[in-house]
Amino acid sequence: MFAEYTASELTSIFAMQGFAGLILFSVFVLMALGLAIIFGQMGVINMAHGEFMILGAYVTYLVSHLFADYMPESLYNSYFLIAMVLAFFVAGALGAFVEWAMIRHLYKRPLDTLLATWGLSLIMQQTYRTVFGAREVGVVLPDWLMGSVQLTDMIEIPINGIFVMILTVVITIGVAIMMQRSRLGKQTRAVVQNRPMAAAVGINTEKVDRLTFALGCGIAGIAGSAFTMIGSTGPTSGQLYIVDTFLVVVFGGAASLLGTVASAFTISQAQSTMEFFLSGSMAKVLTLLTVVGILMLRPEGLFTLKIRR
Amino acid sequence: MRSTPTSNRKAEGLLRSNRRSLLKGLLAIPAAIALAHTSLPAYAADGVNTTGLAVTDDTVTVGILHSVTGTMAISETGSVQAEKLAIEQINAMGGVLGRQIEYIQEDGASDWPTFAEKAKKLLVSDNVAAIMGCWTSASRKAVLPVMEQYNGMLFYPTFYEGLEQSPNVVYTGQEATQQILEGIDWASKTKGAKSFFLLGSDYIWPRTSNKIARKHIEKLGLKTVGEEYYPLGHTQFNSVINKIKLKKPDVVFISVVGGSNVAFYKQLKAAGIDMGKEKPLFLTISVTEDEILGIGGENIEGIYASMKYFQSLPNENNQAFVKAFKERWGDDIVIGDVTQAAYLGPWIWKAAVEKAGSFDIDKLKETLPGIEITAAPEGYVKVHENHHLWSKTRVGHAQLDGQYKVVYESPELIEPNPFPAGYQ
Repeated sequence: MFAEYTASELTSIFAMQGFAGLILFSVFVLMALGLAIIFGQMGVINMAHGEFMILGAYVTYLVSHLFADYMPESLYNSYFLIAMVLAFFVAGALGAFVEWAMIRHLYKRPLDTLLATWGLSLIMQQTYRTVFGAREVGVVLPDWLMGSVQLTDMIEIPINGIFVMILTVVITIGVAIMMQRSRLGKQTRAVVQNRPMAAAVGINTEKVDRLTFALGCGIAGIAGSAFTMIGSTGPTSGQLYIVDTFLVVVFGGAASLLGTVASAFTISQAQSTMEFFLSGSMAKVLTLLTVVGILMLRPEGLFTLKIRR
Repeated sequence: MRSTPTSNRKAEGLLRSNRRSLLKGLLAIPAAIALAHTSLPAYAADGVNTTGLAVTDDTVTVGILHSVTGTMAISETGSVQAEKLAIEQINAMGGVLGRQIEYIQEDGASDWPTFAEKAKKLLVSDNVAAIMGCWTSASRKAVLPVMEQYNGMLFYPTFYEGLEQSPNVVYTGQEATQQILEGIDWASKTKGAKSFFLLGSDYIWPRTSNKIARKHIEKLGLKTVGEEYYPLGHTQFNSVINKIKLKKPDVVFISVVGGSNVAFYKQLKAAGIDMGKEKPLFLTISVTEDEILGIGGENIEGIYASMKYFQSLPNENNQAFVKAFKERWGDDIVIGDVTQAAYLGPWIWKAAVEKAGSFDIDKLKETLPGIEITAAPEGYVKVHENHHLWSKTRVGHAQLDGQYKVVYESPELIEPNPFPAGYQ
């Protein structure tokens, strides 16, 4: 199949293809991280995860308009970073509210949280539709995020891809440090391992739950904000990401961040390689089949947390 | 001890049968009302209406059936607005056969069985004289048996894959060959294109369209160097962009739809492909002005689209239409190909009804072929015997402001050919 291309062409293409796989990997990690935290630490399956992401995207859209209308033009290029921080806090605050109003009443009924968060996703979609209209909105990106870095004649690396990669690394490391070192992280892990005991030694488990849920939603918000660079922003755009997100989290083993990263890497590399050699739909089918096969052999996912029950 | 439960059960049974008869009684009330209602001569049964349609001496009721909730709401909103505008304009001109048009709007909710159910409701309980509606092929396929069983008339606005023809449907959008062949001819003649890369979302419309495109490319003696499909809602196109870079086709022929569109063009731009350089040239059959709103003009500037209508068409009818549309629905609004096709629906229906002198569906079927709309925004159109429209095809060049500039227009009206021999 490659007979008609020169060696240098092929090298460049494979370099770019490797890079495409890495970008896909970052995107997967970024979108799955929030869900993995909530699912892994609290056992809550948040079906509204995609809608929290889109909330971040809409925040970005609003901030870009505010900057365009009310701020001096010289500041416009920096709006994206501010929007991202804001997206984190807005989505996190809504997450905390949802936990307080809905999720905390359902901890003993995991199937009901599934239904309740699905209902929540429908409510959020309809709210977006009412507020922003049914059509997709276009988010204008600052110039420094557009275009590509030209390494050689053939190899071009998209700047927003690099940006997503750096963002993913920063957030993943941040979350990992937080979980291992910070007070909240330690408390969270204590609650996951043994809730009654954690409560007995004086950890406010309700507060920990709320903060964990808020953190997961906040990260979803950042992801959504970042994805305005590569995807669409509409009331139902969140649905586009939800299947892949669940796939990554379930495949990685729910309780481990390392598992999420490893599973995102495996799935993204498999998919982007196969997409290149086969067609897009076939690549998807094969990826799903492989994941199903592995999950049949290892129902708990790639990595599991070993704790005494 | 043992007898107690039995007697309890008996008592319960008694209660239940009582409740059942009570329920029956309650149910009978609306039934009786409904009976009384149908037995009244609610609608004038004179010459213009012999089949019990919702026509009175001064009004006639039609149905509007689109998704205003769910995924498809993004696309279908424009069609609803166009149909309402057309109805209001017709009413302002005195209505149809002297009757003002009233409409009942139902929500298909992006769910195909719901479309069928609502179509049945419109035909059976509301007796509407026509339905303007449906958008996706899947919704049309769901509604089709209902239209045929209850003998309704559906005006369907979307460009679609063809391979269908029903006396109970008027297709006001283009079928695949009308849209595709002219576009490919244009690319090969004006731009000297020799090789094509076909890319689409994975469902019936792109697959059928690309089948037609591939056959036509072969007939012209040119080459198809790739054909790719991605699942609906796919958001990562870096691999296929690399493949395009490797294969270096002259033209990338695109039928990607929905949210995937936004992802595709944004990533194309980010990958350093300058669409304005036309190397390769991007030719789409799926991106109207509506979609550009979400994609952003700066991300798609320089591509070409092959369809029958662009908002920027310079003729007078279109300018009046755009002005009226903006006055009615706001200045920010854009009008895409399907929106204009939806606008034609009520006008074609009015013309057919007036020619027949009757609202009866069977008479419409006879008068519809040959109906002409001389002042349509897209120009002159005419209904073919196969209930599709004769129309021109144009090629538009996407501009930074999200509009298309028309760079080519087919010299003649193109005959609709939903079952193209040699292309299947």
